[in-house]
Amino acid sequence: MRPVFFVFSFLAVMGLAFWAYRENYATQAALREMTKLQNEIASLREALTLQRAEWAYLNRPERLRELATLNFDRLGLLPLEPVQFGAAAQVTYPAPTILPGMEGFPDIDAPVSVTGQTDPLTGAEIAPSPVDGQFP
Amino acid sequence: MIRTPLRPLARILSARQKGENPDTIERENLRLRHEEIRDKSRARAEVRLLFLSLGFLAAFATIGARMGLLAATEPMEPRTAAAGAEIVATRADITDRNGRILATNMQTYALYAQPRDMVDPGRVARELAKIFPEIDPVALERRLTDGRSFLWIRRVMSPEQMQRVHEIGDPGLLFGPREMRLYPNGQLAAHVLGGASFGAEGVSSAEVIGTAGIEKALDARLRDPAQSGTPLALSIDLTLQATIEEVLATGKTMLNAKGAAAILMDVRTGEILSLASLPAFDPNDRPNPLVKGDPGDSPLFNRAVQGVYELGSTFKIFTVANALEQGLVEMDTMVDANAPKRWGRFTIKEFQNKNYGPLLSVEDVIVKSSNVGTANLALMIGAERQAAFFQSLGFFEPTTIELVEAPGARPIVPKRWPDITTITTSYGHGISASPMHLAVAYAAIANGGVMVKPTLLQGGVPQNGPRVMSEQTAAASIRMLRRVVGEGTATLGDVPGYQVAGKTGTAEKPNAQGGYDTDKVVNTFASLFPADNPKYVLVVTLDEPVETSGSEPRRTAGWTAVPVAGEIIRRTAPLMGLRPVVEPPPVDELTAVSN
Repeated sequence: MRPVFFVFSFLAVMGLAFWAYRENYATQAALREMTKLQNEIASLREALTLQRAEWAYLNRPERLRELATLNFDRLGLLPLEPVQFGAAAQVTYPAPTILPGMEGFPDIDAPVSVTGQTDPLTGAEIAPSPVDGQFP
Repeated sequence: MIRTPLRPLARILSARQKGENPDTIERENLRLRHEEIRDKSRARAEVRLLFLSLGFLAAFATIGARMGLLAATEPMEPRTAAAGAEIVATRADITDRNGRILATNMQTYALYAQPRDMVDPGRVARELAKIFPEIDPVALERRLTDGRSFLWIRRVMSPEQMQRVHEIGDPGLLFGPREMRLYPNGQLAAHVLGGASFGAEGVSSAEVIGTAGIEKALDARLRDPAQSGTPLALSIDLTLQATIEEVLATGKTMLNAKGAAAILMDVRTGEILSLASLPAFDPNDRPNPLVKGDPGDSPLFNRAVQGVYELGSTFKIFTVANALEQGLVEMDTMVDANAPKRWGRFTIKEFQNKNYGPLLSVEDVIVKSSNVGTANLALMIGAERQAAFFQSLGFFEPTTIELVEAPGARPIVPKRWPDITTITTSYGHGISASPMHLAVAYAAIANGGVMVKPTLLQGGVPQNGPRVMSEQTAAASIRMLRRVVGEGTATLGDVPGYQVAGKTGTAEKPNAQGGYDTDKVVNTFASLFPADNPKYVLVVTLDEPVETSGSEPRRTAGWTAVPVAGEIIRRTAPLMGLRPVVEPPPVDELTAVSN
């Protein structure tokens, strides 16, 4: 019984040693990977900061003003003036478009006043129903 | 252990035979036994003490060794923890109120040399002088060969310069990474931002510290690692700031002024939307302070905050408001305005020796800017109440704005208040304050008589400061100020639709001889708009302007500061989303009469 126990203990020790060896290298690899990723994150962050700074530099009011002056006529710009403020009611909406072939038809958006009802088959007038919305 | 009896029979008996006292034997034995017990316990205690001291020794040795280890090893970032933004950015960004960047950091490199590793110091010095024009090759070669082992050459450099240094290819030239402060907008808002430089410098990193402006005033907040990820948002609006600086620079050039300053402030929250001072400087390349001459001539000088001037007639509205507040007069009360007025050995005159008198209504004192009328009102108020009113408006203390220059800009206040001081301070002479003080005081009027604290930080809420005058007095003051722009001395500042109200001030500059220079003036226009519901206060100050379009040079604020302020309002009010309104006619023009 005892030799078997010794053999098993020896095998267990060897197995654990092998496991520890592999874990050690796996950990080191993970740490290396992490360092690499963190360096990458740091360099990306740095690039981001730099690009943000560059964006701010390219959008500095002085440069935008010069660009606006250069392209003033080409873009049809106007200086911002107090008189350009208006009320919403002053906005002119586009005229309703009339489709080709529909010129003769009345405006379907215009409100219509209805005074009585006519039977579509006989043409005879129908007295309005006492209850709204109920038709014979 | 065999216990010795205290009274051994044999010795007792023999002692008795000899006629001795047997009790002495017992006492002797007792003594011996006690000594034995004592020795034993002492030995045990010594062993314990030994173990205890060994324990302490081990503990302290462990701590000491650990400390030594920590001190001796290179610092290393924790590798297993996830890196947050706080590790990357060392100093928080500064943005304007809309999040546009005013100051940020940039990675760059410093250049240093280790002359012992250097192959050819002479060639290195010559090549470096070609890249960096400020380097003197002879002096650099001498420093590289005098036996030192370490030498800083450049604090920061551009990537192109770094590449060219690389191409020299000498192993004694080394680079150290640096976080550099960058102001992408150049001179814009330079006096607000101030500047930054390096503090303690090491090879692998350097401290960035603020040197002026808000960078220094809020240095602790900007350096706080816990807050380095959140940018510091200022109340400044970049677009407004750019517009105001542009208009101000144009005005300064056209009017041949030495300097100019403008402050735009929200009267409810106290937020400073724009603070400009010209001439300005580039915070990326901050000039050195002047070593001789007037520090006020340096571009580093913040005229809006540090410039303490006699602000002239802009003060008259405070005197009139005080008189109204005390119930001494009404707006239509007639006061003596007969010029010139003699007071002791002094003579108080009007502008160009005019005479608006003999009597002038309180309202017209402001509209016509009568010195004599204001002086008489001040005499009615009295020195004590006048000084107290100025104090309540903040003219006795430096402003609390978040700039490192602010606490140093202490107003110059007369020590005593004889009657002549009461008279001169009533129209803004003999008392000096910065344009920021004036903006705060006008904001109190615009805010219905409640003081606001000026701030440069975004997120201001309507302030509930101390009340310095009643709402009626504030409203009456605004009405008078509106008439100044409508028909008085500041008509050039009337912007249609924005109901500008304000007061001009022209103060001659004191000279070195103790008198006043008539051809050197400080012109100020303090305004608030729109008058029916004031939202903003604008103060424009021009230093030594002169308007030369007419037949003779004009130096009054109405011809210099006022048109500049008017143009600023015309340009900025739409940017702030202020809608122009058609002004209702004054209510008192029609009077109902019946008979």
